[in-house]
Amino acid sequence: MNTVDLLFYFFATLSVGGGLLMVISRHPVSAAMFMIISLVSVAALFVLLESFFLAILQVLVYAGAVMVLFLFIIMLLDVGPEGGKVSRVKMLSGLASCLSVGILVILLLQFSGIGDASLSNWKAIQSTESVTGDSLVFSTSLKNFGYGLFTKYMLPLQVAGFLLLAAMVGVIVLSKKSTPDLDA
Amino acid sequence: MFDFEMLFMIGLKVLFALLMIGAVMTMAGYSVLAERKVSAWMQGRVGPNRTVLPLVGYVPFAGKFLKGMGMFQPLADGLKFLFKEEIIPGHVNKFYYNLAPIVALVPALTTMTVLPFGEFFADNGESFPLMLANLEVGILFILAVSSLGVYGIVLAGWSSNSKYPFLGGIRSSAQMISYELAMGLSLLPIFLWVSEPGTGAMGLSLVDIVDSQKQSPWLLLVQPLSALIFLIALFAETNRLPFDMPESETDLVGGFHTEYGGFKFGIFFVAEYAHIVVGSAIFTIVFLGGWHFMPWMSDPWPATWIGSLIGVGWFLAKTIFLIFFFIWIRWTLPRFRYDQVMNLGWTKLLPLALINLIFYVCLVTWLDQPPA
Repeated sequence: MNTVDLLFYFFATLSVGGGLLMVISRHPVSAAMFMIISLVSVAALFVLLESFFLAILQVLVYAGAVMVLFLFIIMLLDVGPEGGKVSRVKMLSGLASCLSVGILVILLLQFSGIGDASLSNWKAIQSTESVTGDSLVFSTSLKNFGYGLFTKYMLPLQVAGFLLLAAMVGVIVLSKKSTPDLDA
Repeated sequence: MFDFEMLFMIGLKVLFALLMIGAVMTMAGYSVLAERKVSAWMQGRVGPNRTVLPLVGYVPFAGKFLKGMGMFQPLADGLKFLFKEEIIPGHVNKFYYNLAPIVALVPALTTMTVLPFGEFFADNGESFPLMLANLEVGILFILAVSSLGVYGIVLAGWSSNSKYPFLGGIRSSAQMISYELAMGLSLLPIFLWVSEPGTGAMGLSLVDIVDSQKQSPWLLLVQPLSALIFLIALFAETNRLPFDMPESETDLVGGFHTEYGGFKFGIFFVAEYAHIVVGSAIFTIVFLGGWHFMPWMSDPWPATWIGSLIGVGWFLAKTIFLIFFFIWIRWTLPRFRYDQVMNLGWTKLLPLALINLIFYVCLVTWLDQPPA
């Protein structure tokens, strides 16, 4: 076991543990903090794979997102430092978590071939072509990410951008209530 | 068993990191002194001029000079923070109250890992940048990690469980989220310009940016608008006046650190100045040519270790001038009102940054088209 393996187990434990604690912690602010710990450890796992760009995007995107979530908690749930109200829909959230854990376990078993390694859908990467499909270079460098996004994956990129735009327009329309007396 | 070579490498890296932290923390400490001295100078006062170590005061000329400059004041301030009684108000959430200063300081110290501050010339004439980690996406790393710094401020504001810090924390998060966009957008034209075909610059590396300014105009002269937007966003991100909404004394007492005292307050203070030091260094690297001498001119110093030392010194000189600029602005301009800050960020700076980006996209495309 070398240093990288040790670091992998450390950050893997941290990310899974952070995720678990996020779900079971009672205090919404603690939950948000555990979520950021979990996300940053996933970024650290990307660093161990020498994929610095993905690691940084992970922090950049999710740190901002969790910040907004944090403000949501403080402003909307009205949580003081003594703690907040416990969710009233315990039954529903229990059901939802059982369902998602069940799906996760079934998928994992399915993909790993249920104990039979030859049936497993997880295969080692044989050649770089098998991953990218064509002349795109398989690497973690930033230029290749950009090249791939703006050539082969142009349509998905545009569609994702359009979806985000639609969400943004929706939020603006919903939050801007029309005030007839002011419009007049 | 143990891989001794690996351990040695790790030990060396840790040593370098500690040296770097020492350097930046010293600069942060002396920035506080500079703040007090410059403000005193601008207001016709003397500023700190009493603190002196025992016996040093009796050294002819030098002792008196150091005393008058207040050179020992940061030491005294630090000791004072260290030995003050730690008071934790009864109404706070203790865990997050204690955690917040650390969360504020760590990102400020982490960003310096990717800062290049000079170059080292090998015997065969090759040069290597002096930095802790040469990341291809260095500038993104800085943006990502420094955006984590806002957690410290928001946690401090929230866990203090009192009105003024809470308002300070909320203001700070809104301000940082708003100005991060303009900051990122103002940097994009720089990378478009630097990574033009044929230059060999590949990604978002800070070293490539410095190298592109060797014997050619500084990027400040090439893209003045980008530099201006970046500088304004930098002021907002470091919570400096005229953007010091999170801690504006006149309406929020002390802002997010109202309930803090002693060493924990000192950590917030140092984190703020460390942000300024790192921010000045980034501006120097991106827009002022880093450790290269002057626009259009080649470095007049020899390519030996003396040259590396002078280069680092030149880089430090530019950074210190920018720190002075930060202080200068603080004691010159009045503070914005909060709605003015938001207005400036979203309706002026962000569209301007977008227009700037589109203009440079068109310009670079036009310049780069192959000759017909």
